[in-house]
Amino acid sequence: MNLFEYSRPEDPSTAAKAGSADGASYIAGGTNLVDLMKLGIARPTRLVDVNRLDLAKIEWRSDGVLRIGAAARNSNLAADPGVRARFPMLSRAILSGASGQIRNVASTAGNLLQRTRCPYFYDGVSPCNKREPGKGCSATDGFNRIHAILGATDACIATHPSDMAVALLALGATVVTLKADGQTGRIALDDLYRLPGDTPNIETNLKSGELITHVELAAPPSGARQIYRKVRDRASFAFALVSVGGIVAMENGRIASAALAFGGLAPKPWRDPEVEQLLVGQAPSTEAFEAAADCLLKDAKGRGDNSFKIPLVRRTLIACLRDLTIDGAEA
Amino acid sequence: MQFNINGQTHEVEADIRTSLLDLLRDHLNLTGSKKGCDHGQCGACTVLVNGRRINSCLALAVMHQDDAITTIEGVGEAGRPMQQAFVDHDAFQCGFCTSGQICSALGMVGEVKAGWPSLVTADLEATAVLTPEEARERMSGNICRCAAYPNIIDAVMDATGDGR
Repeated sequence: MNLFEYSRPEDPSTAAKAGSADGASYIAGGTNLVDLMKLGIARPTRLVDVNRLDLAKIEWRSDGVLRIGAAARNSNLAADPGVRARFPMLSRAILSGASGQIRNVASTAGNLLQRTRCPYFYDGVSPCNKREPGKGCSATDGFNRIHAILGATDACIATHPSDMAVALLALGATVVTLKADGQTGRIALDDLYRLPGDTPNIETNLKSGELITHVELAAPPSGARQIYRKVRDRASFAFALVSVGGIVAMENGRIASAALAFGGLAPKPWRDPEVEQLLVGQAPSTEAFEAAADCLLKDAKGRGDNSFKIPLVRRTLIACLRDLTIDGAEA
Repeated sequence: MQFNINGQTHEVEADIRTSLLDLLRDHLNLTGSKKGCDHGQCGACTVLVNGRRINSCLALAVMHQDDAITTIEGVGEAGRPMQQAFVDHDAFQCGFCTSGQICSALGMVGEVKAGWPSLVTADLEATAVLTPEEARERMSGNICRCAAYPNIIDAVMDATGDGR
């Protein structure tokens, strides 16, 4: 691990200034960053500890918006009574990720900004455009069972590993930030992340020093049903091969609104408005669900080990849509 | 740096890169917490920080100077029934993961008492009840390469008053 300067500012504006210095990185829980530093993959020369910034609260605004502090721990967010009642898919998604020990430490913003678990990124020696731009990608022709089938390029096929982000994306979360110049920023979660293109080393649209302070969620449509389903190689403490987070409202036997997000498929939590538009107005049927899956997967590209994800996400999506739309079908 | 560990204050001079686990083991000779993977995957390093279970290998010591840290050496009377249950149920073979298992189990019981759900809790809004299925899910951050899992679950259930 490289040496670093450590600071623990008491207010967000001081933190945002410290965070914009060369080589600076914010740290909250550190469950991913400390690991990456041990491996020499992350080499921040300044660590700005955000745990004194009073950003750990989970609050309901009077307009029904849930305001989640960036430093709120994953376990506290999943266990919050209001979250369990109104955003059960968010609780489920968080509880399906990592372990009890890690959820007790990992923060909301840190979860969103965690790095891929591509083994070539982690091994520190294989060519990896994310770790060392221009070196090439070892996964495209390598062991790529956990890799992306959507949104990837030949430069990088790594997936974003978060479960929580998938649920937040389906729920239409907004990320609130504080910039180094003191201005507040608001970014739709979908716009927080960039697709790899030729620069997979640049993962988000955050500016230098821009500090995530909160994540906001508007109240879900009343009566909407929510689901988070995760498919993985073992029953607990494993990353998703495929996951689906969905929220669907029905009206007179037809789908009135649908929001669907996917994990394990792409370099970022994946949402496709065309899939949702195709479902709205439809009565639940196998044909309608298959058409939605066809639409989702029209540009899907398997690269060998990960090609199984195409039929797997098709079946998982159809099963989730059935549970979301047909009374008595939910597991 | 100054730390509060098992109720005692310690002044330690250590490199800023020191993990909480290395601080405990290499600077304070509290070697009950074990280094298995050093990457947060095995749980052998589990300690309690302000009563919450965490992986001490993924924590920078410098960030925990204001916290109350409890290791297996300091679980005391509150930890005795869990330790005795592990002995009674032969819940280990080599014993390397055991202190992490016990610290994790103590933290986990606190989470159930606080009403926290787990992924296998059918009704998220109901009061959580510790069942063997719940204990297996909640303890998945602790790996036992001897695969003493059935006896670990028996011990946890016994210590929490729900022994089979």
